[in-house]
Amino acid sequence: MARLNINGRVVDIAVEDDTPLLWAIREQVGLTGTKYGCGVAQCGACTVHVDGVATRSCSTPVSAFDENQKIVTIEGLSPDGSHPLQRAWVALDVPQCGYCQSGMIMAAAALLAANPKPSDADIRGEITNICRCGTYNRVQAAIKQAAGGNQANG
Amino acid sequence: MNQIASLNRRGFLQVSAALGAFTLGIRVPEAGAQGVAPQGAAQGATSPEVNAWVVVKPDDSIIIRIARSEMGQGTLTGLAQLVAEELNADWSKVSTEYPTPGQNLARNRAWGNMSTGGSRGIRESHEVVRKGGAAARMMLVEAAARGWGVPVTECRAANSTITHTPSGRTTTYGKVAEAAARLTPPTDIPLRDPKDWTIAGKPLPRLDTVDKTNGKQVYGADLTLPGMLNAAIRDCPVFGGKVASFDAAKVAGMPGVKKVVPVGETAVAVVADTWWRAKTALDALPITWDNGPNAQVSSASIAEVLKAGLEAPEAAIGNRAGDAKAAIAGAAKRVEATYGYPFQNHATMEPMNATALWTPERCEVWTPTQNGEAALAAASEAAGLPPNKCEVYKIHLGGGFGRRGAVHDWVRQAVDIAKQMPGTPVKLLWSREEDMIHGRYHPITQCKLTGALDAQGNLTGLAMRISGQSIVAGIFPQNIRDGRDPVVFQGLSPGGEEGAFGYAIPNILIDHAMRNPHVPPGFWRGVNLNQNAVYVECFMDELAHAAGKDPLEFRRALLKNSPKHLAVLNAVAERGGWGQPAPEGRARGLAQIMGFGSYVAACAEVSVSPAGDLTIHKITAATDPGHAVNPQQIAAQVEGSFVYGLSAALHGECTVAEGRIEQENFDTYSVMRMAEMPAVEAILMPSGGFWGGVGEPTIAVAAPAVLNAIFAATGKRVRQLPLKHADLRRA
Repeated sequence: MARLNINGRVVDIAVEDDTPLLWAIREQVGLTGTKYGCGVAQCGACTVHVDGVATRSCSTPVSAFDENQKIVTIEGLSPDGSHPLQRAWVALDVPQCGYCQSGMIMAAAALLAANPKPSDADIRGEITNICRCGTYNRVQAAIKQAAGGNQANG
Repeated sequence: MNQIASLNRRGFLQVSAALGAFTLGIRVPEAGAQGVAPQGAAQGATSPEVNAWVVVKPDDSIIIRIARSEMGQGTLTGLAQLVAEELNADWSKVSTEYPTPGQNLARNRAWGNMSTGGSRGIRESHEVVRKGGAAARMMLVEAAARGWGVPVTECRAANSTITHTPSGRTTTYGKVAEAAARLTPPTDIPLRDPKDWTIAGKPLPRLDTVDKTNGKQVYGADLTLPGMLNAAIRDCPVFGGKVASFDAAKVAGMPGVKKVVPVGETAVAVVADTWWRAKTALDALPITWDNGPNAQVSSASIAEVLKAGLEAPEAAIGNRAGDAKAAIAGAAKRVEATYGYPFQNHATMEPMNATALWTPERCEVWTPTQNGEAALAAASEAAGLPPNKCEVYKIHLGGGFGRRGAVHDWVRQAVDIAKQMPGTPVKLLWSREEDMIHGRYHPITQCKLTGALDAQGNLTGLAMRISGQSIVAGIFPQNIRDGRDPVVFQGLSPGGEEGAFGYAIPNILIDHAMRNPHVPPGFWRGVNLNQNAVYVECFMDELAHAAGKDPLEFRRALLKNSPKHLAVLNAVAERGGWGQPAPEGRARGLAQIMGFGSYVAACAEVSVSPAGDLTIHKITAATDPGHAVNPQQIAAQVEGSFVYGLSAALHGECTVAEGRIEQENFDTYSVMRMAEMPAVEAILMPSGGFWGGVGEPTIAVAAPAVLNAIFAATGKRVRQLPLKHADLRRA
């Protein structure tokens, strides 16, 4: 049993303590925007915020969290898809298949919260999520756009 | 887009009928709001369709039916643009939906081929979908003319509105759609000249972006049905092996576990209330494997077999002119090199999955698939029911790249499991590890090339022996004729519209000694063009160097009869700065090829540090696909192709030990991340007159352009991929 604060709501979740946060979010809370990609914290598709920090939810058990920690998923990033990153993502048509994009956006949002005007090098160093379709350059451009900088293509 | 046409009224009613009064557990707004009219207009359950491709609702909203699968490549939007173009539709009112494979079967394949691969989504269906849009427009206009009692020639349509020109009267598509649906479809359907396009050919935003930015897009892995259980599976890690025994009692009492089931002879699945519990129990399940006849096969033993094929007397010929052997024997200078290309996994971000519901009377499957009809055939076989008692609902794909097209092994498994739980929907989701070790791998090959240069450094002969795996032999063996797999020679054909070898070489022999290891091959984005481009384009660079000629000039001379090949090469050379000094420490490399009906070229700019660290700074890429339906999405495909192609070039390799694939996750199967990504400048130069694909061809030029640039920077030829094994340190 775990008690978690997800997207501002405190929920009791009946799972084994060693259940990864990802699977509690997907299967118990029913929020499927957070994706399973690898299960070993490699790909970042499962990225959520824990007190504002980008966290790979596939590799941390629910027992590591309590209700005082604010967990935010892609569904809770903004009430209506209006986060500057979401707007930039739409404006630049970033996604292809889209499967990695929730994690990509959550990683980018945590980056911008900590570093509102990231350089290209900051972005390339901090965003380590895997995209197999190959949206990296548009991801980078969208982060720059959301940060109010110029669009970058490299 | 209703990405889940599968969860429409039909699917909902069937699930409900099977399970009783459940509500649909899908977490998507408006799920079930847009159903594909199962039998067309006559059914009347939704707005009437004007024809198979177009539904117009009374409020003037338009639903365009899309037969091909959207997996990120943008075909959904491009095909809709082509229909809307001929329909003279108001683009702002357009949405899309998938007809199901069962509906296609029931309507005598009204939507044609649903297969989505080979970069064929648009180039193979542009005519039929444009005719669908045009026919619908003609019927709508005729309906309006009849309503007004005026000649149809006095009416015209624009932006979903029909105007009677002499009187100025207007009506809208939504008002006449029902009448139009009752008319006899036209047979003479002229199509617009692409130069007059206003919707097609434009860089319109995709129709499916917003839900991918807020978590609402539903993928197969996200699917929930009422009463659904979840399954995790383990197939024998050694290809060709099977299950000897398993001890279900050991995990029967674990949380959530419902059943442990054999899946065919080779796999075991645990069915539980949640997937995580199913996987946890599967990890604890004692399984003994019978590893079968391949348990001693290794990468080294496979390499030996391929190496022998390089010298084998028997080989299937792909391209022959003149007498290559004689030219080589009489050459002033002879150049020889052997290259190798490994197994690679597709590694779609979303692992394989399918949800199946089986009863003795009917089987339904919800799955991300590149080929709904092939998925239906697989479901039918596994279910033991005829296709008309089965249905497949296509769910949005979290990547495809060829893995989800020709072989539907996961669908068969899901149905096999569901069959052992009659009346209960079961979602089978592969773990990443299962996905990695049970892929359908990019085929492994080696290639020996021998070139003949005359005293002036002209290429007078080329022999190219490919030894290795045939995808067709592995997947469609009935298509092998006289030991020849034509797909092996992608980009190497003497001519044709698919992938003509552009170089004019008087004496040439390209052949293939088929050597098929036990590791199952698959169509992997770019397919055989990928390694063929490495072999030819790197060797062209070697030949140019041996001839003492500039690699661009050397190619230009050989491409004099191939103006489209030459045009893309020239474009990247010019824009990439070829012939001008590169920035300090950087060097450039070129590659060109024709594949999937399009002409592509790349100029890569790299640097290599003294310690051997490679940086790919930028790539200039040119594409001539004939007609360009959505330029910004073509640019996205070109950018993405470099990620896929460079991932393969830099990292991609699956090795074999004791008969099984060694790489189980992204920690050992590395792929490119953002830090390694070069800037990409995509030059789109559609020359018109033909239709080429764009999802794959550019992948092929990624690796050779970079490898040639590495040679220019370091003097080192890397002939065995991936690059991670190469020592690029300065000697």
